[in-house]
Amino acid sequence: MLAVSNLSAGYGSFQALFGVTLEVRAGEAVAVIGPNGAGKTTLLRAISKLIEASAGEITMEGTRLNELPAHEVIGRGIAHVPENRRLFPRLTVEENLRMGAFSARRKFAERLRFAYGLFPRLEERRDQPAGTLSGGEQQMCAIARALMSGPKLLLLDEPSAGLAPVVVQSIFALVKRICAEGYTVLIVEQNVQQVLKVVDRAYLLETGRIRSSGAAATLAASGEIQRSYLGL
Amino acid sequence: MKPLAFAGVALLALLPLTGIGNYPLHLVIMCLLWAYVYTSWSIMGRLGMVSLGHGAFLGIGAYAVVMFWNHFGLSPWIGAPVAVLLSLALAVVIGLPCFRFRIVGHYFALVTLALSEVTRLVIVALRDYTGGSLGATPNTALAQGNAWSLAAVQFSDKWVWFYVILAVWLVGLWIWARVDRSMTRLALEAISQEEDAAASIGINVTRSKLFVTLISAGMTSIGGVLYAQYQLYINPETVSGIGISLQMVFGAIAGGMFVMLGPTVGAVFTLLLQEGLRLALGDAFKQFPALDLAVYGLMLVLFIIYMPKGILGAALEWRSRLTHRISISNSSPSIGGRQ
Amino acid sequence: MEIFDIFLLEAVVNGILLGGLLALLSLGLNLIFGVIDVVWICYAELIMIGMYTVFVLHTQYGWPLVAAMAAGVGVVAALGAAMHQFVIRPVLAAEPINQLLVTGGMLFLLQAAATLAFGIDFRNLGVRMTPIVVGEMSISAPRVIAFAAALAGVAATWLLLTRTYIGTAIRAISQDRAIMPLMGVNPDRVFLVTSALGGALAGLGACLLVLQYDIHPAIGLTFGPIVFLICVLGGLGNMLGGLVASFIFAQFISVGGFFLHIEWGYVIAFAFFIAVMFWRPQGILGAR
Repeated sequence: MLAVSNLSAGYGSFQALFGVTLEVRAGEAVAVIGPNGAGKTTLLRAISKLIEASAGEITMEGTRLNELPAHEVIGRGIAHVPENRRLFPRLTVEENLRMGAFSARRKFAERLRFAYGLFPRLEERRDQPAGTLSGGEQQMCAIARALMSGPKLLLLDEPSAGLAPVVVQSIFALVKRICAEGYTVLIVEQNVQQVLKVVDRAYLLETGRIRSSGAAATLAASGEIQRSYLGL
Repeated sequence: MKPLAFAGVALLALLPLTGIGNYPLHLVIMCLLWAYVYTSWSIMGRLGMVSLGHGAFLGIGAYAVVMFWNHFGLSPWIGAPVAVLLSLALAVVIGLPCFRFRIVGHYFALVTLALSEVTRLVIVALRDYTGGSLGATPNTALAQGNAWSLAAVQFSDKWVWFYVILAVWLVGLWIWARVDRSMTRLALEAISQEEDAAASIGINVTRSKLFVTLISAGMTSIGGVLYAQYQLYINPETVSGIGISLQMVFGAIAGGMFVMLGPTVGAVFTLLLQEGLRLALGDAFKQFPALDLAVYGLMLVLFIIYMPKGILGAALEWRSRLTHRISISNSSPSIGGRQ
Repeated sequence: MEIFDIFLLEAVVNGILLGGLLALLSLGLNLIFGVIDVVWICYAELIMIGMYTVFVLHTQYGWPLVAAMAAGVGVVAALGAAMHQFVIRPVLAAEPINQLLVTGGMLFLLQAAATLAFGIDFRNLGVRMTPIVVGEMSISAPRVIAFAAALAGVAATWLLLTRTYIGTAIRAISQDRAIMPLMGVNPDRVFLVTSALGGALAGLGACLLVLQYDIHPAIGLTFGPIVFLICVLGGLGNMLGGLVASFIFAQFISVGGFFLHIEWGYVIAFAFFIAVMFWRPQGILGAR
């Protein structure tokens, strides 16, 4: 479904990604793991076109994304849940979800019902300003907002960041449930242990380059990850 | 650079002796006066404090001296310091809360805009004293063939005014240079980049900003004093209010407010623009009122979009880029194999 | 004594009516600043153009007043959008002061254009309406109409911002501009719509002003600064603050002008402004 080949990207004169190649097949759950500063967030931002790639190609179901303006990516079926949630703090929960459905207004009502079915707590708080929600609730809202556009591929940027351990558990359970619903997921995470239990495959990204990849279980067992994180 | 500057000033000083006509001399005087006023503004403007309210200080300077002379018979030698003190007081009243509460950017610009408008309104409202929108004229002290009155600061010979304003202009440039070289300027550049960081290393933000503001306000009010004494006619629209405030900003920016002579170039530019249009259109100029205003506005828009560093600023940048390129080609080894 | 009270009441009522009109005017400016982070220094000049549009269409082309007003709103809306696209957008990434100055240049341009087109004579729409008499108070009818229309305009804007997708997008972009593309929203388009909306509000204000006041190329300089002050007083970008500040300011002008000469009413209002700036420079409802 998603094919990234030889992608290089960065911020101004600072290059963060060097020739990254990966792919996500339909129905899969794929993780990109790596230590701090590896370029994981940059990778997702390059895919959703928040930043421009300096080299390489990104294709979604065969269509090239390179020339696409950022606001048309969602139309290709890619929804990005950004780092730190990034809800609109003074809009209510429901208004945030409405923004998520901006590109798919006709389906708003039914998708809203689905979202509230998945996240009953959000329905309780539907008229509350999103900024007043707890960290875990905000993450749920952010994910729900992304689902409102009816995407094929969901990009999740460190969904567990900054959350209490108990909440982290529920977030990953949620991710597992989303995968079960049939969404294709590309998740970027620092919390290696938890994420490898949820996904099918994973890539190890280190200082902008893919160090290794493979089935989640295999990667978990190998010592590569520890070496990478500990800088060995 | 220095000898060139001295030569230039010396040449300029010889101007009245060239037999230049009264009207061209008047133009040069106005040019230097506005150059001085624009320079005063840019002392604040270049350090991130863009004021749209300097009309207030100009107006206070102009009206204070005229009112003191006309109503109390007090010479401008007394009226001017009072005007300056009033301006400084106003600058503190507005500056202190603004700087203490970190009011910057749009907010600051609009608050200063309010200031110039309040001043204009007060001048108009006090019409029994100021003559309101009709304007005011200092009572003449040049009766019975006297060409000079030092006490009243009125001179009918233009060349006297030329030297006075030339001197003031030079002093203005000197002050600009002193502020430029002072620690305050470094402090303020740090502030304009990252105010919290600057404050955290002990730079007293409020005091630094206030210092520069007071200098700028005081200088501008002197400009108002000179304008009133030279033109011998002032009205609220030409010396206070948003119109003249914007004109000051435009003049400084068009010339380049980060360079010492930038505002002067701006004054020359706006003058040439006005006179050029007048000459080019002749009678038609009368038929198309406000054409210079239209060109003004258009130029401001175009300048901000395409030449935000101003004429002089852009010219200097272009020159430094040129010399940089030349020096590189001189120092790099030639590719053709010659050692 | 009774008459004294009645006239004071009349001043208060006039103040309320004026407050409504000022509230509408400040709404447009606050909207533009709150969303795009730009101050249209030439906002009053846009209103002036709107006033001339209504005047020309109605008196020179014989359009019915309502049609001329609708056209006025449309013209200023288009002008606002065009100004954003061609003048502001190129400097949107530059220093904020550049945006301020570029609209300052537009101020000169619009004034000059109006002078060239219409000359410096004062024009008047010539609409005469009998005053509304309530007890012993006499209230000008155009003022009441203006108040009602202003409230309608404010209500319509509120509905647009809260009940429509584009309105929600406008509010969203002022809270987080960077992630708007992730919602499938083109930020440039939202800014353009916002500019058109701000222009439309200015145009509506023009229609209401033209009923009551003479038109002149430089009238922007008379009420422009007042609108800016009201916005700053209420907290720049804060639409509710602008509304509150409008009514307070209008009372100062009206009641102050009642006790003293009308001009002093303005001076008092301005002095009040400076006093508030001393105490709370971020505005009454401004965030700190």
